[in-house]
Amino acid sequence: MTLENIAQTLFIVATAVYAASMASYLFYLFKQQEDFQNYGFFLTAIGAGFHFIGVCLTTIVMGTLPAYNLQQTLYIAALALAATFIVLNQKFNLKVLGLFASPIIVITMIAAIMAPDTPPVKASYLNGLFSISHIWLISHIVLIFTGEAALALACGAGILYLIQERAIKEKKRGFFYKRLPSLALLDNTSYTSVITGFTMLTAGLIMGLVYAKIVWGRFWGWDPKEIWSAVTWLIYAALLHGRLTSGWRGRKSAIMTIIGFAVLVFTLFGVNILIGGHHQPFTK
Amino acid sequence: MSDITLVGLNHKTAAVELREALAFTAEESSDALKSLIKGEQNSKIITEAMLFSTCNRMEILFTSAKQNSEKLSSGDKELSENSTQYVINFLSKYKNVPVSRFHDSLYIYRGGDAIRHLFRVASSLDSMIIGEPQILGQVKAAYRFAVSSNSSGVVINRLMHKAFSIAKRVRRETGIGDNAVSISYAAIELANKIFSDLSDRSVMLLGAGEMAELAVEHLISHGVKKIVVANRTFENAVNLAQRFNGINSSNSSRRCGAQNFLNIEDRVKSGKKDIVSAEPVRFEEREDKLKDVDIIISSTGATDYVLRASHVKKIMSLRKSKPLFFIDIAVPRDIDPEIHKIDNAYLYDIDDLQNIVDDNMDERKKEAIKGERLVDEAVIKFQRWLGNLDVVPTIVAIKEKIEKITASETEKTLSSLHLGEHEQEAIKRMTRAITSKIMHDPIRFLKNTGSHRDDAFYLNAAREIFNINNINGDY
Repeated sequence: MTLENIAQTLFIVATAVYAASMASYLFYLFKQQEDFQNYGFFLTAIGAGFHFIGVCLTTIVMGTLPAYNLQQTLYIAALALAATFIVLNQKFNLKVLGLFASPIIVITMIAAIMAPDTPPVKASYLNGLFSISHIWLISHIVLIFTGEAALALACGAGILYLIQERAIKEKKRGFFYKRLPSLALLDNTSYTSVITGFTMLTAGLIMGLVYAKIVWGRFWGWDPKEIWSAVTWLIYAALLHGRLTSGWRGRKSAIMTIIGFAVLVFTLFGVNILIGGHHQPFTK
Repeated sequence: MSDITLVGLNHKTAAVELREALAFTAEESSDALKSLIKGEQNSKIITEAMLFSTCNRMEILFTSAKQNSEKLSSGDKELSENSTQYVINFLSKYKNVPVSRFHDSLYIYRGGDAIRHLFRVASSLDSMIIGEPQILGQVKAAYRFAVSSNSSGVVINRLMHKAFSIAKRVRRETGIGDNAVSISYAAIELANKIFSDLSDRSVMLLGAGEMAELAVEHLISHGVKKIVVANRTFENAVNLAQRFNGINSSNSSRRCGAQNFLNIEDRVKSGKKDIVSAEPVRFEEREDKLKDVDIIISSTGATDYVLRASHVKKIMSLRKSKPLFFIDIAVPRDIDPEIHKIDNAYLYDIDDLQNIVDDNMDERKKEAIKGERLVDEAVIKFQRWLGNLDVVPTIVAIKEKIEKITASETEKTLSSLHLGEHEQEAIKRMTRAITSKIMHDPIRFLKNTGSHRDDAFYLNAAREIFNINNINGDY
């Protein structure tokens, strides 16, 4: 069995464990027993463990972080989401987000498994494995994906906020009213995630710019990917600015996180698939 | 066999005056239990007793045992009726209320019905507000009085422990205690869905009134420490603020009254560390104060709105859109309904809260059906135990157990010895003889424990010694 095969198997095992975690969270949603939430979290962590080993093996095979075709990119995105969720959950006690994170992780994993097995493009970095440009590149990928994962969680918190807010505004307490936490907690969760995500995204984009300068000799090339990244960044910057200065909280802020994330997903996949640009091969 | 009977009246059968007339204080109930058990000069009729008296009910649970099982076998009913009549007369004499005044309000349950009633009461299925949490504590206290008055015995002890465990099970496995069923508590529940932690929130009370003040008290018990009181008469605001300032979480639980749903445990838990600071302000300052508070409870007699949407809109930008929760308990309404349309402002008036309470009440009633099933199950189990607490089944069970042990041990030994049929038969005969001789005296004792002794006690002890209580499953 080659390392690649082992990694593939690990990804499938991880997917199964993630699916069990999702089931546990759903069970929690319906049955309201704290235990299931704990099982869910525990399973996510185990799944992430397998997933991480799988990515490590692929990294050894490839000699660089595997993000060079659609399948690899999706695996990395799902792992980033799982890891970010685990960290945020531990640090800020954002348990409810499991309801949102676990299905997305599972869907991403399944999409990755189903993705066409296009041979990965060759990574373009100069002067060997431990060169500066390679380190810039890896930092760029890691930061962007974890940042995006945090922003996905922010979007999830935003959606939950809107559901709960609607229940309270319409004075109709439905299925979710009892099950969701307070508006303040959801709003804070979203805000914390946006701050985390935005910081990572900013740092990741800077890494990208520096890498572009080293490899292509320019910071900015009006590539569609670059333009859309800037748009995404501006949306989140506006959201944070509004919150800090004129109190954009609650509903407005929740809607912004959802719009922001939609644009982000478009930047990540939509641009490559529909428009093109120099990131295009990574999502084929 | 012991006969369990329950005599009592509650909020459904008796008016409050009658309930008050028959209510027992703690001292009275200990004293009454002692004399009830002692009996009168003629004979001892009641073997065990427990008295349960709260705002909404007064009940006496007792067992009356046959003094001599053979003699009274035809008069079961008679005995039970005699003892019931005795308890009713006792009650009348003790509380100095003629029997005729309360006889029609009484309910009398016997056997399984009495057990079921007790379990339902303890599980809060029989309460005025289904699922209210205090009842179990009250039942426990009543049982403690019975124990300290020496009026409880084997049957009541076991019955009460089963009552506590079924009550806990009903609370755990059904949702009868889940949602708020009072206006003020419904408001707190909403506040908890808007703010994550009430302890760093502040509240403004406009006007006064029992329900509004109760809501403030609930908020205090949930950790709110800053209170602003505004009143058209400044003096009233000062007085009210003083009352909240001096609030002591443990003694503010109210006497019998319809609005008494406070979860005392909650209060004591969070109440200790609370230093409530209440600030009286003039009524005209209320709009200004919106800047600093998070929850507004309004209950003024004003005929016009005391807070308008335009005020709140202005204030919202000053407070950077931090959420505001308005609770309007006044009729006619105090707070402009348009406020609810403002982002991050939430307004619930008394009708909205009443709707929530009604919904929750329905929900509890639905859950209560599940509770009834659990209670029925527990009643059947208890009856099985009680039924076995008779002489014949106990002796049979002990004999069976010993004989089974003898037979299986003999079998084991014989199979390794290679004896002839005749020798085998002799050894079997011998072991059987040993068994029956050992069992002879204990069985004779159980058949006749002597006069004036509590049969139930010895039967239970025998069952415990031979560990035969748990043979037929867990009960």
